[in-house]
Amino acid sequence: MPTIVVEVMPKAELLDPAGKAVAGALSRLGKTEFSAVRIGKRFELMVDGEVTEAVLAEAQQLADDMLSNSVIEDVVRVYVAETAAAGSAA
Amino acid sequence: MKIGVVTFPGSLDDRDAQRAVRRAGGEAVALWHGDHDLQGVDAIVLPGGFSYGDYLRCGAIAARSPIMSEVISAANAGMPVLGICNGFQILVEAHLLPGGLIRNNHGDFVCRDQRLRVENASTAWTSGFEVGQEITIPLKNAEGGFIVDAETLKRIEGEGQVAFRYLDVNPNGSLDDIAGLTNAAGNVVGLMPHPEHATEPGFGPDTPDAMRSGTDGLTFFTSVLEGALARA
Repeated sequence: MPTIVVEVMPKAELLDPAGKAVAGALSRLGKTEFSAVRIGKRFELMVDGEVTEAVLAEAQQLADDMLSNSVIEDVVRVYVAETAAAGSAA
Repeated sequence: MKIGVVTFPGSLDDRDAQRAVRRAGGEAVALWHGDHDLQGVDAIVLPGGFSYGDYLRCGAIAARSPIMSEVISAANAGMPVLGICNGFQILVEAHLLPGGLIRNNHGDFVCRDQRLRVENASTAWTSGFEVGQEITIPLKNAEGGFIVDAETLKRIEGEGQVAFRYLDVNPNGSLDDIAGLTNAAGNVVGLMPHPEHATEPGFGPDTPDAMRSGTDGLTFFTSVLEGALARA
């Protein structure tokens, strides 16, 4: 089934407490080559049928209006997944 | 006067809010998220809790539920609407109030009796307070950090849309110690702390007079009832 992927990240200037907590754990594990971690979201929208320009535009609209909140997040990317499984295969 | 309290999947404090309405002398009406019917209420409370398990973003899915289209229309037509905690998050996600609420800057859930300063006593839900009055009501959240872009912050500060500010400590990293907001018209108010948990002696925050005797939250509900009577 064709899949549209939407990637959302917390705004760069905002504190990301979840990412900060993971970064703290990395540092405790001695993984000093990684200085910071930021955690975002990936949505996979399965499309019933073909991914037309209109469907992609609808997904972009949804990404801006509902899947993200522009006060706190940025939509990084909206794209059609290369493989049918879109990384969600068993 | 009827005050509706909306129950969403995952609401927790809906019955406490109904009880607070009754203690203030109003009639509490249970409203359901899946309906399009406000049942003739005169004001609406969006209660605290974890609607939809905080999936997507806190309040984001609830803000798009059927009853919210009616709540948004009613709010835009002047009906008093109070959002408490998750209800505040829903109001922000529904764009009835500006800004956003993110995870507390220290990363922990916080539960404490919180002192607040009333910054705007001309809203539908705060008219029984004095500007500068200090009140204590419970606060309990993990995602109460208020943020907004610099331009909007300047505007809401300049136009008196900050309704409440945290005193003593900023419990979640909110900009300018903002605990609650009102819209420009003053009918929509949202705050992270819980007035409905401070409406009955014996069950509220501690005060210098006695343990658990704090009832500062009751004024939110009496304010809206008195405002409705004055209009009638």
